[in-house]
Amino acid sequence: MDATRLKPVDVVVIGGGWAGSIMAKEMTEAGQKVVMLERGPDRSTAVEGAYPGSIDELEGNYRYRLFQDLSKNTVTIRNNMHQRALPYRRMAAFLPGEGVGGAGLHWSGVHFRMPPDDLILRSKVIERYGKSFIPEGMNLQDYGVTYDELEPFFDRAEKVFGTSGEPYMINGQVVGKGNVFSPSRSQPFPLPALKDVYTAHLFRKAATEAGFHPYSLPAANASAQYTNPYGAQMGPCNFCGYCSGYACYMYSKASPNVNILPVLRRDPLFELRTHAHVLRVEMDSTKTRATGVTYVDRDGRTWTQPAELVIISAFQFHNVRLMLLSGIGKPYDPVANEGVVGRNFVYQNVTTSFVWLNKNIETEQFVGTGGGGVAFDDFNSENFDHGPLGFVGGSPVWVNQAGVKAIAAAQAGGPPGTPRWGSAWKKGMVDTYRHSLRIDAHGANMAYRDVFLDLDPTWKDAYGLPLLRMTFDWKDNDIRMNRYVVDRIGEVARAMDARQVQLTKREFGVPFDTRKYQTTHLGGGAVMGTDPTTSALNRYLQSWDVPNVFVIGANAFPQGTGYNPTGMVAALAYWSAYHIRQTYLKNPGPLVSL
Amino acid sequence: MQVMAGASALVATPGVVVRGHAAPSAPPHTPVFFNDAEWKFLNAACARLIPGDALGPDAVALGVPRFIDLQMDTPYGRGQLWYMHEPFVEGPANLGYQLPHAPCELYRRGIAGANAWCLHHEGSDFAGLPAARQDEILTMMEKGEMAFDDIPSDMFFEQLLSNTMEGAFADPVHGGNVGLKSWTMIGFPGARADFMDWVDQYGVTYPLGSVSISGETA
Repeated sequence: MDATRLKPVDVVVIGGGWAGSIMAKEMTEAGQKVVMLERGPDRSTAVEGAYPGSIDELEGNYRYRLFQDLSKNTVTIRNNMHQRALPYRRMAAFLPGEGVGGAGLHWSGVHFRMPPDDLILRSKVIERYGKSFIPEGMNLQDYGVTYDELEPFFDRAEKVFGTSGEPYMINGQVVGKGNVFSPSRSQPFPLPALKDVYTAHLFRKAATEAGFHPYSLPAANASAQYTNPYGAQMGPCNFCGYCSGYACYMYSKASPNVNILPVLRRDPLFELRTHAHVLRVEMDSTKTRATGVTYVDRDGRTWTQPAELVIISAFQFHNVRLMLLSGIGKPYDPVANEGVVGRNFVYQNVTTSFVWLNKNIETEQFVGTGGGGVAFDDFNSENFDHGPLGFVGGSPVWVNQAGVKAIAAAQAGGPPGTPRWGSAWKKGMVDTYRHSLRIDAHGANMAYRDVFLDLDPTWKDAYGLPLLRMTFDWKDNDIRMNRYVVDRIGEVARAMDARQVQLTKREFGVPFDTRKYQTTHLGGGAVMGTDPTTSALNRYLQSWDVPNVFVIGANAFPQGTGYNPTGMVAALAYWSAYHIRQTYLKNPGPLVSL
Repeated sequence: MQVMAGASALVATPGVVVRGHAAPSAPPHTPVFFNDAEWKFLNAACARLIPGDALGPDAVALGVPRFIDLQMDTPYGRGQLWYMHEPFVEGPANLGYQLPHAPCELYRRGIAGANAWCLHHEGSDFAGLPAARQDEILTMMEKGEMAFDDIPSDMFFEQLLSNTMEGAFADPVHGGNVGLKSWTMIGFPGARADFMDWVDQYGVTYPLGSVSISGETA
């Protein structure tokens, strides 16, 4: 069926999450007529977040009320190029969002700036350890943008999100007890740090005794009432424990739905269309210019929305897939080691260790906030000497007690060796829930030549288009990094007067397992950079090949990072939008000439 | 609102551990999805996965079989939350579930397989066996050591175990966790969801009992 052609607009934005909402706001401020296309339903905190119905663990975390509808579209996964990839049929290892707000509605709220060294990791590693330190097959790259360039945009994102935290250094002056490894800021956090929950308090004390440098996690969960620069209002977090997987009934966790969209929805230059599933970006005959996008609505009708500027700002892997389906940029070929779309696909290297305290201590794991907690960065980024250790990358370590609920507690079970059911399970599970705490090593995952995204040759989505195929496995470098950092958790546990400790480490030879939740922090696949042979996007997140297409998301990360990605995605969106407004709109064309 | 009224009444006695009255056992339930033989199996198996002991009641008293029966007639039970497009190809376990069966179909095939195995090897259906033998059989099923006609026994076991945990520990509005007994057992306050005054009272045990999103209290 032919698509019906709609009246042209200035900008079409694909995806209604953080990246899309920021870009739509910035473009309407620049006087552009914007249409946002969101494949899922409309969502608002007043409906999806209404207390008490919203705080239903079964619906939120086990029936995936706010997550992607896998029945229509998923990915296929394999561990290496010689395997046949199989569909990710049930939600497990990662949980992409769907609907207005995207993953920004169901996220936890941990809100970081990227460590400066992570942005120039290739240069830094070569400078410090020499080029031969980079393992064979590791595609280590710089972002092409520095911390100093991004600082105003990190600051902007924090003000919009109402981020709570404690600074360490402002304009070169030490001002507080924040993260001693964090770079200088131009401004304080908009809100003071959240209170420590009991387990984080115990961790802070023990980490200090172990000789590390604990700090309060920066959190987009408001520690006090707040009004952001758009006039959006947030209420103080009450540590209800329902962040990840839920819309925040307290209006405390930042979301596009609360912090940006209320003002956008009133803007006559803005139009939101939901249940609008984009099939492809339309190109002119030269294949160097996008003319608009074609989407299918909930009734199966197809529409073409012409636009001068196309902003692809869906979830990381959907952005990559849409580029592949549309022919934007050269697809990556790992054998020839050519092409860029699908190259440098990365994940995050997270393991959770457990510490059991004496039975007179109730750890009250049901209390929590998604972004809050206590971390130390002594083994993150380039904050420590990797020379004698022989691996690239690092992990922050933290207690980020987001609120452990009952089904999750039952499924987590008891200490190592406890059966998964029966009376012994029950005894171990109750002990663990009441008296333990969890410490995460939240590590980076490097990019490799044979880890990538492409289109699956077999399986299709509900619209007959090929699924995206992930080829991913853990590599020795990343496993060694994890094992080293988790041993440092052991040092903290010893300072805690622990009754029992389970140090959870990644094991060599154990492949990536799609059946267990790990993290939704997927990255890369259409990365930013300064060299079009190793990046799909220039440093402004503009397609090298199709200059009126910008691609905003964690797809732009050339390699993984130990930090949660949302703060960086938001800063990159503001960075890209700034340069579109300052330069591109006045003179549309490539922002970087070669 | 009922929930808040209950909460404020309890807040009047801070520091006192308030625990609820004795919960009723699960009300009678006429299964909608499961037939008689399946229902018998489900009740027997759930009661072994979560047995009654000094810590708390068994899964049947918690209404877990009722929860599972009700879940079968939902988009989840019908497999509508899963990607169910062909072809279905076997692969390594770590690449995840690849069978063409929705949860309700896994139960139908899994229970038939388990009962057929028990009749063949034990001369009785599963429910008719002593508890200790049921535990051994469930362990074999968990390890994938039982041969069913058409599905791996461990696939069925994982489905049963995960739904049993969900039923016992989800909010009672879904039909299990009768009397909020599972939440009481672990000290989970349910829909209280407001710890602003408690977050930094280190070492002080949270005093309020569990509450459902329906307003029911323990």
